[in-house]
Amino acid sequence: MLSSQKRIKTHYSSLKVFSLISVIISLIALVGIIAFVIINGINNVTYDFLFGKYDNTPSIYPALIGTLNLILISLVVAAPIGIFSAVFLTEYTNLNSIFMKIIRVSIETLAGIPSIVYGLFGYLIFVVSFNWGYSLLGGGLTLAIMILPVIVRSTEESLLSVPNELREGSYALGASKVRTIFKVVIPCASSGIITSLILAIGRVLSESAVLILTIGMVVNKVPETFLSAGTSLALDIYYFGSYGYPNEAAATAFVLLILVLLINLLAYAVGKFLKKGGNYSENNY
Amino acid sequence: MKTIINNLLENSIIEVRNYNLYYGNSRALKDVNILINEHEITALIGPSGCGKSSFLRCLNRMNDLINGCKNNGKIIIGNVDIYEKNVDVNMLRKEVGIVFQKPNPFPISIYENVAFAPRTFGVKNKSELNKIVIDSLKKASIYDEVKDRLFSSALSLSGGQQQRLCIARALAANPKILLMDEPTSALDPISTAKIEELILALKKEITIVIVTHNMQQATRIADKTAVFFLGELIEFDTTEKIFTYPSNVKTENYITGKFG
Repeated sequence: MLSSQKRIKTHYSSLKVFSLISVIISLIALVGIIAFVIINGINNVTYDFLFGKYDNTPSIYPALIGTLNLILISLVVAAPIGIFSAVFLTEYTNLNSIFMKIIRVSIETLAGIPSIVYGLFGYLIFVVSFNWGYSLLGGGLTLAIMILPVIVRSTEESLLSVPNELREGSYALGASKVRTIFKVVIPCASSGIITSLILAIGRVLSESAVLILTIGMVVNKVPETFLSAGTSLALDIYYFGSYGYPNEAAATAFVLLILVLLINLLAYAVGKFLKKGGNYSENNY
Repeated sequence: MKTIINNLLENSIIEVRNYNLYYGNSRALKDVNILINEHEITALIGPSGCGKSSFLRCLNRMNDLINGCKNNGKIIIGNVDIYEKNVDVNMLRKEVGIVFQKPNPFPISIYENVAFAPRTFGVKNKSELNKIVIDSLKKASIYDEVKDRLFSSALSLSGGQQQRLCIARALAANPKILLMDEPTSALDPISTAKIEELILALKKEITIVIVTHNMQQATRIADKTAVFFLGELIEFDTTEKIFTYPSNVKTENYITGKFG
């Protein structure tokens, strides 16, 4: 009896050591990457590099504008479609029906497709079939399709976490289904929904494979319309990296890293701030 | 003949005839017949799982929201057969309000909670809305406690206050009938007493049907008491008679605590 207890205990302590080592390794990797990007990048970030004209010296201004456009296009398209798909899935269908299962598997598959495949799809549809050529619009729409499952999944989760008692409470007061959804369910899930949108922006920021095939990687011209070819920050890193500008690549990586960090902080803050007034489950259930 | 409740019910008499309710294949209510008078408080008592809450939720068709729920028989409220096809369920629920066991205020301000139903039915005028909200809060005897913080979150209230807020919210729809599903079972004795007082005061204006597990509560507030047992209504009479000379032996066993 005693010996077996002892053995279990040593077993646990070795597990603890192993876990600790794993944590340290992953921390080192993370800190290493961040430190590498900062050390190499920070000195090359100048005002001209960020907002100057791309002539003799490289600038990421076109990429900043391009990225902004891509975020705008993909969110404007994907957010309403994603949110209302999730509303349909949670509020209008039976969770256990075959129909639901098929849709859920489809969404999961959609989320698992490699981004280069989305890129190829966007290329064939928008660039070739629609004859738009390389364009921010085509890239943005392809990104919208790519972030759709992310938005649907997390919005669905936040809608499902709204307690049924609240829906019942609304129906009991004579509210219709539509009113219940818009006045009770969506507001209660708003922090989760907004967080999911912000995280989707993070996906857009960091995507490159899709864009190589759809927006054309024109690094030296500020896009004029949605139909212009353009570039994004992530694409600029690829461009600078492969065409002999290692310092600029590092600087762009630094800017991108900061932006992703800010986006994640924003998601965290929004989640926390909105929940303060509205997290029903923590206060009541 | 049209039976849409597009305006108001004529009266608040509830008449139930041979009503059966099924959840999937299990029968939750068996041939219930009952006639509930206007401006009376009717208590529904019986052991857990006997169908009293299910019955209560049939009266404003809350059971429609449950999958696989079927029913037959008639429920006639104010001369309208509420299960008729062209009845507007939302108007029915406005006329027949319900308060649940667990307080379920919306996570918005106290004011907005109470204003929810009037807004649903198109009240936009600010002063009219204010009047409804304040009146309802007063009727639910919570106004004095919240008048200084009408715009703070409803979740900042205590459990008993939340339940009275839910009653105020239901009253703001100006219902003719108020259904209450064990409204005090989650509350302390002081809050319970306040709510009982409030129920007695509301009786003048509306008909109340209340499910309760607390037999003292039934004797304190109810005019009539209905005893349910395994989905059947086994006895329905004045509260006094039920608790002094019950005619059914099962009722006697239940109220004397032999089972339940």
